[in-house]
Amino acid sequence: MQTQTYELNMGPQHPSTHGVLRIILELDGEVVVKATPVIGYLHRGIEKICEGKTYGQTIPFTDRMDYMHSMNNNLGLCQAVEKLMGLEVPERAEYIRVIMAELSRIASHMIYAGALVNDLGGVTGFVFLIRDRERILELFNKACGARMTFNYIRIGGVQQDVPEGWVEECRRFVDDFPEMMHTYNGLIMGNEIFQARMKDIAILPPDRAVAMAASGGVLRASGVNYDVRKDDPYGIYDRFDFDVPLGTKGDNWDRFIVRMQEMEQSIRIIDQALKQMPEGPVMAKVPKVIKPPVGEVYHHVENSKGDLGYYVVSDGGMKPYRWHARRPAMVNLQLLDELCRGYKIADVVAILGTLDPVLGEVDC
Amino acid sequence: MVKFLLDEFEPAQLSNLLGQEVAIAGEGVSRALIVTPEQLIATMEALVTKLGFDYLGDLTSVDRGAEGLEVVYHLYSLTNQREIRVKAKVDAETATVPTVTTIWPGADWFEREVYDLMGISFAGHPNMTRLLLPEDFEGHPLRKSYKLQKRV
Repeated sequence: MQTQTYELNMGPQHPSTHGVLRIILELDGEVVVKATPVIGYLHRGIEKICEGKTYGQTIPFTDRMDYMHSMNNNLGLCQAVEKLMGLEVPERAEYIRVIMAELSRIASHMIYAGALVNDLGGVTGFVFLIRDRERILELFNKACGARMTFNYIRIGGVQQDVPEGWVEECRRFVDDFPEMMHTYNGLIMGNEIFQARMKDIAILPPDRAVAMAASGGVLRASGVNYDVRKDDPYGIYDRFDFDVPLGTKGDNWDRFIVRMQEMEQSIRIIDQALKQMPEGPVMAKVPKVIKPPVGEVYHHVENSKGDLGYYVVSDGGMKPYRWHARRPAMVNLQLLDELCRGYKIADVVAILGTLDPVLGEVDC
Repeated sequence: MVKFLLDEFEPAQLSNLLGQEVAIAGEGVSRALIVTPEQLIATMEALVTKLGFDYLGDLTSVDRGAEGLEVVYHLYSLTNQREIRVKAKVDAETATVPTVTTIWPGADWFEREVYDLMGISFAGHPNMTRLLLPEDFEGHPLRKSYKLQKRV
């Protein structure tokens, strides 16, 4: 039968696009022929704005990129500037940074899993994940007074030490985590409908994932072992014992399950960090006015979306000459078109969910 | 641990290996391999085939004012755990370098972003259009000549 393709506009205001992402779908009946993502609706020109701010003032802007995993965004930028200045960070601050970054990763993955399962109709799973994420946000709130936009990790250390009783509360969360994971296993991963929607859908071969510069869970789901924390350890990550979960197929299911397993590994890191954390200062002796020497630096960290890099160019002044962020969510989103082709509209929602884009970061 | 390629090889050795007369600029963490737009593709291909740089870490650009524009590539090797920074220098009037999407297809959006915000065209790119800004936007904001408006 002769059929004709037609265009359907999905977004920018669509509940499943996690922000303001527009996808132009070319459809043959219900089957996707082409999916063109249109981005930029949340573009604030952060890179340009940061050229007019001092180094310290650019940290809050990183919070507003990937607002699900802000701690790591702070961390990447601060470490980049520290690398350029040759600054040493006190031990205790290093440990606090790791604990915060990993807690933040768990919170981000919880939103990821929750939003994904919610998009596929499993609202109960969403509620449980959000409930548990609240405990992490409360920990952040106690440490720095903010639930999402922290500005906590600073050049040379962290803004302030964690308050009394914080470590014990964090410890309780770590102890309770296996029970939470057990709930998700039964409620989400064990759900047959959810599995049917995820397994063998949108397979990404490993060589293609590498060629497309994918990173994070998207890359590792295809079986490529690349985690910046392991391959190019920053801070004190080389002191911790943890595994990098890998997928075998590179389908939706792998992209989902890899991140769930990553949460368990993050808990392992936090557990070790809490045990090893020494007492001491949390801020290095940093000059009041930060003026890194003339030069440039590229520093990357593993955030929940993938390989987050900062490229900072200094002309010796108070403000960065050029400030650029390599945003993994944007790079991963390029894959949407090729992954969606041949699948149905309903699968677009699942595929988009497993790519885990945060539009604040995609658009920057 | 990741090795920095410029620590492993002497400049002369590297030029020999890549089959290109390449220069090295900067010190310490700022070091970079400098190439002309004409040398770019041959250098990149040699880096991929001879030294295993299979992963495009980052692609961005810097406006150096009177010294022209720079396209900056941060490459990574997943197989050998190496990294390198490569810069292609181009003057602001021409502002064109060849695309590397033929080597790493993932460079697509990176290059579109640079085109959009810095106004550097990538010859041979399959879809050289703006990525973030609207199509009717005038100018390229990351150029130093582009002044931000005062807040109203």
